[in-house]
Amino acid sequence: MKIESILATITLRLITIRPDQSLQDAVDLLAEQNVGALIVVGESGRPLGIISERDIVREASRSEDFLAQPVSRVMTSDLITVSPEDDVEPVIQIMMTRHIRHLPVIDQQRLIGVVSIRDVLKAHVSNIQGEVDTLQAQIMEEQL
Amino acid sequence: MQSVGTDANPLRVAIIGSGPAAFYAASHLFKQEGLQAELDMFERLPTPYGLVRAGVAPDHYKIKSVTRVFSKIASHPRFRFYGSVELGKHISVPDLREHYHQILYATGAQTDRQMGIPGEELTGIHPATEFVGWYNGHPDYGDCTFDLSQRSAAIVGVGNVAIDVARILCLTPDELAVTDMAGHAREALSQSSVQEVHLLARRGPAQAAFTNPEIKELGNLADAEISVLPEEAQLDDLSRAALTAEDDQTTQRKVAILQGYASRKRVGKRRQIYVRFLVSPIELVGSAAGQLVSVRLAKNELYQTEAGTLRPKATDRVEELSAGLLFRSVGYRGEALPGVPFNDRWGVILNEAGRVIDPVTQQPVVGEYCSGWIKRGPSGVIGTNKADSVESVNCMLEDLDSGSILRPSEPEPSKMEGLVRERQPNYFSWANWQHLDEIERRNGEADGRSREKFTRVKDMRAAIGR
Repeated sequence: MKIESILATITLRLITIRPDQSLQDAVDLLAEQNVGALIVVGESGRPLGIISERDIVREASRSEDFLAQPVSRVMTSDLITVSPEDDVEPVIQIMMTRHIRHLPVIDQQRLIGVVSIRDVLKAHVSNIQGEVDTLQAQIMEEQL
Repeated sequence: MQSVGTDANPLRVAIIGSGPAAFYAASHLFKQEGLQAELDMFERLPTPYGLVRAGVAPDHYKIKSVTRVFSKIASHPRFRFYGSVELGKHISVPDLREHYHQILYATGAQTDRQMGIPGEELTGIHPATEFVGWYNGHPDYGDCTFDLSQRSAAIVGVGNVAIDVARILCLTPDELAVTDMAGHAREALSQSSVQEVHLLARRGPAQAAFTNPEIKELGNLADAEISVLPEEAQLDDLSRAALTAEDDQTTQRKVAILQGYASRKRVGKRRQIYVRFLVSPIELVGSAAGQLVSVRLAKNELYQTEAGTLRPKATDRVEELSAGLLFRSVGYRGEALPGVPFNDRWGVILNEAGRVIDPVTQQPVVGEYCSGWIKRGPSGVIGTNKADSVESVNCMLEDLDSGSILRPSEPEPSKMEGLVRERQPNYFSWANWQHLDEIERRNGEADGRSREKFTRVKDMRAAIGR
């Protein structure tokens, strides 16, 4: 199963923020859009990093006026990205072992979406469940 | 306003398509306690069951037996079938919106992807879907012809469809005789001269998409033997490391099966299936007359992406494989339905968890839903559609509760029936299908087959006295 099978199932509503915007803007956007992470993009739309709820909480515990800080201060700029052609299984491994909950999807050097750990696990589980249901139906049929 | 979903005012639902996703959705709707739902299922063909009838290989009887479950669902008194009725031809989305509270699209993914290499226009090259539709008696493919006088056939891709095509090409007349394959295909395949079938995979044994039962089945055919090149059965360092790290026993088993094939001695069966790994067709070579004669293959090696996937990369090593027939099976996509928002990039209806989304407002289109391959793309097995349809139906139920449904001006079942009769007087009701089903079974019985399919719509009509 490939990442593209997941992309077909999620709305690719891209929520982005610029690096010079404040953490207050980031918090507002996260709340308003009901998402867990924002992709930080430069002027050209090129992804520069990702900022998650967790990054903001970490900053909040360190500084009192954290909301005034720029996004660039806390974002993760060492971005791991996926492509639609990537297999789902190794992506799950990476997300689990490196505690990553959101990954930007890049297709032909263009940012096209974000997949969350929920998206990949849901696809993986429903794939397995489908096989279980199919096998179960066949066994029931044999017993009839 | 009187509430919808009661005896006096049942929830009226139109389901477009009649494959697994359509029937699983119907089943989940009928299961709701306290909800009175009336389901009208519209199908482009006179016959129901989508890919279970027209896609699942004819020698896979057990998989096809799921139709018994579907047939039971169809016996519900509030279920109606409109076969031979096509959305966009006989009825439109606005028509449906005038007659139903909710509409569910479950039309599947019918078209295949191209390979995008030179020579794809040559004679002898076919989408695997065409061949599958042809041998399964799908009326759209009855007139297709395949040059089975060729000695060597190549199949690009190693998903389960590719494996089905390879197996069907290698069945003996005796093996073919007991299947419910279309008569024209059974006859043509019984005379086939194809001796060699080459399955071509871009990546290595550990990344092959086929399942273990499918590849094992390919090794147990009556008059065909399977072989894998020993050097291609060996795992490269990256695959070995990934397999160890993931502790994926299914894939380990798959690799072991393939390595077993690599060390098999030939026993002199009539046909040979070669499963090739780490090769990509880069050009299809034709004769002066435009007939495919060979496939130019680049030898690949694997590299690891940042996300851990092992991807193929062409090396400068090239080989030429002689083949006069080629089937491509490199992915499928859905087709847009007239008047329904579509995500062209992924070949699915634009949706969120099954609710159709308006591309402009990014908000759900009231009353319209989708499920199955047209919702999520072509992934998973038949059973995967169950959970998928349950998710969509749960959205439908939530919206019914919140009152976010269509308010049709003509919800009476007789009104829709009248409209269908007017636009498509030759439509097939469920009773018509049951009649046809019985005739097909009877016609097959005499020769020891589960059924003898009708493959032309006019013959189906004639059979039931139209």
